[in-house]
Amino acid sequence: MSTIEQDKLLLEGLAIQDKASIETIYKSHFPMIQNLIINNKGSMDDASDTFQEAMIVLYQKSLDNEFQLNCLIKTYLYSVCKRIWLKKLQQIQRFGLQADDFEEYVAIEEDVTKHEKQQDRFHIMENALSKIGEPCKSLLEAYYIQKKHMNEIAAEFKYTNADNAKTQKYKCLMRLKKLFFAEYKHEN
Amino acid sequence: MDQSQLIADIEKYLQGEMNLEEKANFENLRQNNPEIDQLFVECTYFLDQLDQFGNQQALKKSIRETVDKLKQQGIIKNSPLSPKSKIIYLWNQYKRTIAVAASIAIIISFLSSSIFSFFTNVKVNNLRPLVEKIREQDVKYKKLETKVNQINTSDNTTPAKSKLESNFRATGFMIDVNNNYLVTNAHVLTEATHHLVVENNKGEQFAAEAIYSDNQNDIAILKIIDQDFKKLAPLPFSIKKSTCELGEPIFTLGFPKQEIVYGEGYISAKNGYQMDSIFYQLSTLANEGNSGSPVINKNGELVGVLSSKEESSEGVVFAIKSYNIFSVVNTLKKLPSFENIKITTNPILRKTDRVTQIKKIQEYVFMIKGN
Repeated sequence: MSTIEQDKLLLEGLAIQDKASIETIYKSHFPMIQNLIINNKGSMDDASDTFQEAMIVLYQKSLDNEFQLNCLIKTYLYSVCKRIWLKKLQQIQRFGLQADDFEEYVAIEEDVTKHEKQQDRFHIMENALSKIGEPCKSLLEAYYIQKKHMNEIAAEFKYTNADNAKTQKYKCLMRLKKLFFAEYKHEN
Repeated sequence: MDQSQLIADIEKYLQGEMNLEEKANFENLRQNNPEIDQLFVECTYFLDQLDQFGNQQALKKSIRETVDKLKQQGIIKNSPLSPKSKIIYLWNQYKRTIAVAASIAIIISFLSSSIFSFFTNVKVNNLRPLVEKIREQDVKYKKLETKVNQINTSDNTTPAKSKLESNFRATGFMIDVNNNYLVTNAHVLTEATHHLVVENNKGEQFAAEAIYSDNQNDIAILKIIDQDFKKLAPLPFSIKKSTCELGEPIFTLGFPKQEIVYGEGYISAKNGYQMDSIFYQLSTLANEGNSGSPVINKNGELVGVLSSKEESSEGVVFAIKSYNIFSVVNTLKKLPSFENIKITTNPILRKTDRVTQIKKIQEYVFMIKGN
């Protein structure tokens, strides 16, 4: 199988968060990013964080039906990581990135900017979630993050039936929405 | 209409769980009621955000699990060595600020007829790590020499195991004979960017790799990975957990040259450079190449790891207190692939004479080279 075909399969896997695909991508490309970050004043943690960010950007791309990877995953991840790390370096004022420019780049500016805006919104969401208190937080997380079924949630949270749990969930959702938009409008 | 009922309906609608009649009613409601339509748009956006947020959290979790798995399998190394330590970053980052602060400090100290000495701020470079860097010329010379040797021995049918061309030399010693873990200074490893070997006193070289580096305590752990390496007996020396007394006589074994060198001295202060309590100050002679040398007391207990000396004064040497080795080992134990790290000792040197002590201990002391 050619690398391009293989990358296409991996991307399809990533879109459905298939573990084997995630592992393959990590195994094949993390060492390169690790080198980039560590040779540029970063730590092992910085490398992991940056790579995770890049994986998320790639994931968002993979969800887009019209998206066609016009370069290899390797090139894409490298470009995104370089862009993210450069910005971080500038933020903490350690100037100058010495990347061995043997790697190709692709234009990823738009993707990364989009990702950064999304991260800001998710940050607001995370804040809102942390503010609504229990059991609302766990209830919403169980449904929207862990993607559990309502029946399962009802049993776990000891509601008499799924309908009651659902009613409660919607009340919580309203509160979350209010908190979210309060901060969202404030930020914008 | 109750808002949470509305949001329930909206979600049902978006997930396509409404039947045709419900759908028609709902769309009708939206059309006739701009307020509800506005709410619909808002809720749709919000639910979409929440859904994406959830997906991303799930993805992050999968990535984390993958990383943990790969780390456990040793495919990703837990802490590879960064070429520069954090302290240097901070130094680079605040160089200018520190320079300004230091110059102000100097002026003030002159003006106030030096009631306080601010000079310590300026003398940062007064400490010299004891790694011997082999000069480029020498490396070239050695290359030439090996070439000549190759020519001379070209008719020889059994070529010897090729030796590594090293660009530095330091010392290290065994702490775990079961896993072949060695201790040396973290600053030693900053020299090794490609290969790392350890060499015993017989001149046999074994491949090694750095597995952990604690820049704060300046302690690093290496592992001999060479299959030719024969397991040693349990350590003939124990590692002292308490601190030494002032004036206690000590000796060191290290590689300031191509063969092992013995040095004698005593504990001259309980703190190191600029009162750093990780270190002892020793009065002994040490040279480049002595970094990582074991410091042993008269009972044959390991009390420290030699690391640096003061540049301006002769015989002022600093060694990391031995209990710091335990704290590094304890940190390592918590990491999944190093649970079995263990210091096994069989201290038999308590009442033996110095020559016997040295004979025994030197088997556990290695030259560290690399490039």
